This record gives sequence, structure tokens and C-alpha cells, in this order.
Amino acid sequence: MTDMMRLIEPLIPALRRYARALLRNPTDADDLVQDCLERAVGRWHQRRPDGDARTWLFAIVHNLAVTQLRQRARRGAHLPIEDTAEVSLAVAPTQESGLRHRDLMSALDALPEEQRSVLLLVTVEGLSYAETAEILAIPAGTVMSRLSRARDRMILLMDGTEATAPAKRALLRRVK
Amino acid sequence: MSMRPIGEDDVQGFVDERLSPARRREVEAYLGDHPEAQARVARMIALRDDMRAAFAPIAAEPVPARLNLARIVEVRRRAVRPAWQVMAAGVLLLLGGAGGWGLREAVSPVPSGIDALAQAASMNYAVYAPDHTRPVELAAADRDELAGWFSARLRRTVGVPDLSGAGYRLMGGRLVATPQGPAGLLMYDDSHGARFVMLMRPMTVPGDAPMRPHATATSNGYAWAQDGLGYSLAGAADPAVLHPLADTIRRATAKSL
Repeated sequence: MTDMMRLIEPLIPALRRYARALLRNPTDADDLVQDCLERAVGRWHQRRPDGDARTWLFAIVHNLAVTQLRQRARRGAHLPIEDTAEVSLAVAPTQESGLRHRDLMSALDALPEEQRSVLLLVTVEGLSYAETAEILAIPAGTVMSRLSRARDRMILLMDGTEATAPAKRALLRRVK
Repeated sequence: MSMRPIGEDDVQGFVDERLSPARRREVEAYLGDHPEAQARVARMIALRDDMRAAFAPIAAEPVPARLNLARIVEVRRRAVRPAWQVMAAGVLLLLGGAGGWGLREAVSPVPSGIDALAQAASMNYAVYAPDHTRPVELAAADRDELAGWFSARLRRTVGVPDLSGAGYRLMGGRLVATPQGPAGLLMYDDSHGARFVMLMRPMTVPGDAPMRPHATATSNGYAWAQDGLGYSLAGAADPAVLHPLADTIRRATAKSL
């Protein structure tokens, strides 16, 4: 029991952050983390004893979030831009940083879900490529290709141009 | 020296600082010779830093009380009931369904006396305790104002018990409506964010009433009357936690009378 507390408790701030980054609505995100913690407490003895608590908990949050996002998509509801969080974020210290923040968030929203989660887990949560692959139950190679595509797409969306030609494009030009 | 060619995975690994020192130097050398690739990497690193900065404040926020792990463990422990209790509840539900609306009055008469007080406390606990925006109307800082307000509206002098000795902090209070008139509602919480409420209002009959336990699906509690003033405690905590608190409050209010 104390072992469980010691391993889970320090992860709660990061789990909230990942849930909020995916769902964008603070209340929904905390509901989801609460759900995750309740499951974790209930199934603590069922987890692989050699498994890492962090990847296990992130996988629970991720799967719950994906289920919720699909439900939202089916209902066709909820434009994240109308969220209260978005409104308060819009009142940023300076207008310029507020706009940049907004661009970043809308670019992130425009990513396909599978690219967004890879980018968030690696960049924001600082998880290794192997841990990210385990959380998302995908091969390591898929993590790498999604990461590369996610970054190029984000930059294209935010800057309106590709971040100077990646190697692939140079090759394409040569073929022409 | 024959070097493995630099691939897209190396570029990503460079951005994420996941390369071995030797490989990092090789990628650096490559980028030095390829300004376009270098510009792309620089933009990706800026994106990485922007994303970290954008989401960092969320992890720095205090964790809300409902995500307190000790509390989740505690609630779960209490929720696991022996099978016979679950079955008994099922039988009661069936009986309730069969009895129908017509028997409603007979099964659950409109409560009066201490029972009415207990019901009001449980209802107000269910409404205000989960509120994150404004659980109380007047904060604890205005303890005297709170006592003055309640005393004026209840038309008798009431005190605001200090339970810090028992580990509970006064959050504040509000005036609430009950079928018997206005009541004062105080809310307390402990260091884990577990809240309980105490409701007080004058009783229609003067005198004392002995302390009695009460329970609903969401709360447990104790109610009693003292010199014509009714008190009821309600909270999610175990009766074993609430009972000593009720006794402490009764002692404190007896002294202040």
C-alpha cells in the first residue's frame, strides 16, 4: 500500500498535464485522472510486478483519453477553442506571447491524435522512445516516424512554411 | 573513419537529446555542413522548448483535493462492502419498487424533529461539499461576522466551534433554507481536503434531544438538540471519525451557552 502511494503520488502532476494536453478541458482532464487513479488503486496488484509504474499509469490515462476523444468526435461536440482554459490563456502577459501560445495550441489540435500523443509524451513528459512505444502499444519505429511527421506538421501549421527543406524534399527535387 | 549515415531518427534523437555523446558529435558535424538541415533542427528545438514552456504550469499547479491518493484509497476501502450487504440492498430496492409511489409516504414519511435536521444536513452536504468554486459564502476569516450573521437570522446566539484541535479547519459558512426556516451551515476540512458540514437551526420544540446517527448514500452523520437548538453533522467520513467530532462540537457548544 505505501509502496503504491510512494510510486503513484509523484506522478499525479504529470498525469494531469498529459490529460489536459489531450483533452484541453481542465475539468474533463481531472475527471479522467481521478478515474485513472481509482483504476490504478483497484488494479495495483494486477500490474506486471517488473513493469514501470509510470508507463503503466500513462497508458491508463492515454487509453481513457482516447476513448473520450472518440466519444466527443461521435457526438460532434466540443470545440476546444471555446474552453474556459483557452479564454483565460488568451489573456496572456503580452499579446504576442498570447498569440504564439494560441498558434501552438491550435497546431497541436490540428495534429492527428496518434501524432499528438507521441509528440506530447516525448517532448513534454520527457519519456524515452521505448517508454512511449510501450505506453501507446506501438513499435519503436512507429514512434520515430510519428514524431518526425508531428514536428514537421506542427512547424508547417505554425509558420506556414516547412522548416526549411528536410532531406526528403531535397531528394525529390533532384528527381525532378 | 567510416561513419554510419545520418538518418531521420538521428535528427529526432538530436532534438530530444537522446543520442550518445559520440553520435551527437557526428550529427553536429553533419549539421555544420548542411545549413538547411541545421535550420530545421533549430526550429524543432524551439518548438520543443515552446511546448515544454506551454504545459509546464499545469504540472506546477497544486493537485486538487479530489486527486489526493490517500483519499481515493480510503473511499475505495469503504466502498468494498461484504456481499450480503449488497444483496440486502438489492432486496430493499425490489421491495421499494414493488411498493410504488403510493406507499411513499408510509415508507419515507416527511421527517420532523432531529430527522428533519439530519436530512437537511445531508442534503446540504451533498450540494455544497463537492463545490470547488464557492463551497462557502463567507470565509473562515470572518468567524465573528459568521457568528453574528447566524445569530441574527436564527434569532438566538450561536457560536462557531473551533475544531483545529481535532485536525479540522473551518472553511466558512453560509445561510441555507430548510422547511423549518433558515439554518446556519458551517463547513470544515482536514489536511487531505476531506470536508464535512455542520448545520444548526432552532428546533420547534424546546429542550434537548439525544445524539442519533444518520446515513445516506453519500454521507454519514450525527444529529442532536441542545436547549432548543438543533445540530447535525454530515460528511463522507466513517462514523468512527464523525462521532468523536460530534461529541467535541456538543461539548464546545454546551460551554458557550
